[in-house]
Amino acid sequence: MEVIRSQKRTASNDAASIPTLPLYFTAPPMEVRLEEFELFAIDRLRVLKGVSDGLARGKNPKEMDDLVSTLWKEHMRHSDVSEMLNKDIISHFVLRLVYCRSDELKKWFLSMETALFRHRFRLQNFEAQRATVGEFGLQYKAVTGAELESLKEKLGQVVRSLGQISPTIETIYYKVPFEEVPDLVAGRRVFIQKGNAFVAGSQLVSLVVTQFRSHISKALILTNRKWTTTIREREKDRLTPIVEGLSSSYLGPDYSQSNEYADISLKDIDQVAKSSFPLCMRHLFEKLREDHHLKHGGRMQLGLFLKGVGLKLEDALAFWRAEFTKKVGSEKFDKEYAYSIRHNYGKEGKRTDYTPYACQKIISSAPGVGDHHGCPYRHFSDDNLRAALGRMGLSSRGMEDVMDKVRNKHYQLACTMTFEAVYGTTCDAGINHPNQYFEESQKILKPKTPTAPV
Amino acid sequence: MLIHKIFAGKLFPYTDIHKWLSYGHDGKHPGCDEFYFGRREFSFTLENDVYLRYKSFKNASAMEDAIKVNFPYKIDIGAVYSVDPDKRHAYAQSGTNVFTPVERELVFDIDITDYDDVRYCCSGADVCSKCWPLMTVAIKVIDTSLREDFGFKHILWVFSGRRGVHCWVCDVKARRLTNEQRSAVAEYFRVYKGNENNARKVALMGHSLHPFLARSYVDFLKDFFEGELQANQSIFSSKEKYEKILEMISDEDIQLELREKWENAARSSLSEEATSLARWEQLKNTLYSKKQKAPSLRMCVEEIVFTFTYPRIDLEVSKQMNHLLKAPFCVHPKTGRVCVPIDPKKCDEFDPLAVPTLSQLIEEINSGGLKMDVDDDDESERSLLGKSVSFFRSSFLEPLLKSCKEDIESSHKSNIDKSKDSFSW
Repeated sequence: MEVIRSQKRTASNDAASIPTLPLYFTAPPMEVRLEEFELFAIDRLRVLKGVSDGLARGKNPKEMDDLVSTLWKEHMRHSDVSEMLNKDIISHFVLRLVYCRSDELKKWFLSMETALFRHRFRLQNFEAQRATVGEFGLQYKAVTGAELESLKEKLGQVVRSLGQISPTIETIYYKVPFEEVPDLVAGRRVFIQKGNAFVAGSQLVSLVVTQFRSHISKALILTNRKWTTTIREREKDRLTPIVEGLSSSYLGPDYSQSNEYADISLKDIDQVAKSSFPLCMRHLFEKLREDHHLKHGGRMQLGLFLKGVGLKLEDALAFWRAEFTKKVGSEKFDKEYAYSIRHNYGKEGKRTDYTPYACQKIISSAPGVGDHHGCPYRHFSDDNLRAALGRMGLSSRGMEDVMDKVRNKHYQLACTMTFEAVYGTTCDAGINHPNQYFEESQKILKPKTPTAPV
Repeated sequence: MLIHKIFAGKLFPYTDIHKWLSYGHDGKHPGCDEFYFGRREFSFTLENDVYLRYKSFKNASAMEDAIKVNFPYKIDIGAVYSVDPDKRHAYAQSGTNVFTPVERELVFDIDITDYDDVRYCCSGADVCSKCWPLMTVAIKVIDTSLREDFGFKHILWVFSGRRGVHCWVCDVKARRLTNEQRSAVAEYFRVYKGNENNARKVALMGHSLHPFLARSYVDFLKDFFEGELQANQSIFSSKEKYEKILEMISDEDIQLELREKWENAARSSLSEEATSLARWEQLKNTLYSKKQKAPSLRMCVEEIVFTFTYPRIDLEVSKQMNHLLKAPFCVHPKTGRVCVPIDPKKCDEFDPLAVPTLSQLIEEINSGGLKMDVDDDDESERSLLGKSVSFFRSSFLEPLLKSCKEDIESSHKSNIDKSKDSFSW
């Protein structure tokens, strides 16, 4: 793909043979105007950001299908089909340049592009889907006739285990090595036998999404290499400034740098935990005070949150040390725990400055025996959740509203409602990050005189 | 520590471990990778808790020498890396020559402390004949699934030395699984989801069990629950015990109904075990008759059985290729017992409290029973450890190496064929 100034663009070759859902294997030869380079990328970024918001709000797959369809129409549509395809491909490759440049950017881009692909695929008709699967060159065999008959009972059991009363199986199944469909295996959504998974036609999505994610992941690594070795320098007067500008304008705050609201000192921490921590962090904090210990998942979730809230490394070490040494010796603390606290602050190992977990990550974690991390709205039993909400001061009416959201699996909305009940105010943006909860809370409790804009 | 020196000197089976982890790359076939063993990471834990990672050895005697110099009291096995772990700093962290794991057995770790909420005889590090059967049933469930569902063949089960078991799946396909794929297998096995914050830790949704769970239930779990578990744990015999189970029933009315029946039960002459069984029958009958009431009641009986009996694996151990796991035939530092292999076909007979300890083995050597020679055909002449090593060789190592040889030969052949095809002027 070549970027040139104000010259007429030539259409991509052979539009007819490309399936309607591009897989972005190679950048096709085409010329792009410089202005379009940036504009196309911005439009696609609007779509990806919309996808990100949708996921954070806990939309179910059908809602996401609708959302993607709307977003695509709004930002990426063009009356000419081949123009639309060009924009699709060009914008993807430009954003690859933008988002290949760090692990965090790569992770975000990979997640969003995969989600986008997943829902665009779901929106395709069956024939188009089969064509897309074929494009990946996947080795899968259709299971028919006698073999299908012999498996009918087991396949029916799988269907029933997924919620359908009647055990009618689909007409087409594919025999695929189990390692090609990890999502389906993990969720016990397929029957497996002697290393083969029997995937229903309707489950093809999982197959292709895995392939897509893997391919884009590898591509990002290669793109990064090319970027750092040649492109960035070569394009320093032309594309590089555009590329560098694009990523920072569109990601939401990640709370890796705390701001002026968030300087807490150790002596205030108990007070502040009670008044401004979201439920997940309050629970961890209380358990830490109670047991003088937290397991790894809890240390990560709470520790990074405290960093985002403004707790300095020295204070963090003092804080954790004060609690843990009530149970383990000071030497053991230094040996086993101090290292990972410093690691979280980017002072050890590969020196990544880790960012506090957003709600999406916390909700999808899997607390096990002895753990206290995770999202209470998701992971607590009803009774425990009610008790915890009661301790936060919710009235029984407020609690019912929150529990209603929980029943419908809208965990972040439940947390938002809790926020609104506790502080007596509305929160239109919706909570999607524990540090956001903290900051909003502090804004209400300690209003400052507005500072001049920087 | 003197006894560790003796162990390192006379008892640790270096040659067998080396043969295993070489997977046939013994240099005898042109298709062998003679550096394969040398790219495996080991770690040593020494006295004073000194921990040495990224140790690697080019052959069995190098490994033996290192062990005899350091006398680690624990040896862990890690992954096979792209380059010799000892030399990893010479390689860039990015680019094509990266230091990264390329092969690693699919491993599982099951520890009885994760079952503390369902065993009443012991807790924490203790284990006894009443609760060990939980490990036995775990082996049966997982082993059957690994073979029937996943098609794996070369599986080694090892006693962890105190209170659990490890599983090493060594098929080449298993060794090459990515972290994501390992995670998928671990999640497939996961049923128990919980901690003290939620009461219903097993939630079986849908209208029937997945075939894997159904088979586990019918072939192993149901009978174990109604038989051995009830006999050993009497899980309904006291109020404290049965309350825990009543909490798992999501319908308050049913809870009340059963609670009343049991609270007001006249002091009967039945034994604890018989009382427990009777109550279980009552609970089952009540639940079966009321199962239409709500979706969450549909498989409540099964949920209870699964909560008490289904294997609880440590997911983190299985998910990442770079996770290190204790080597078989090590000695557990706290119990002195050797981490011996367990035969999954005879796991009912395995008794963790009868596993030879290091002192017993040393005693055996000292009393002149120097029958360390395992090639002796006479079973009864074999030493305590010899039996385990013999089992390791005949049931696991030999079939594995046979299969590895075949793999090496066939992939060598296909490489040669490929290069023939691409020959051009």
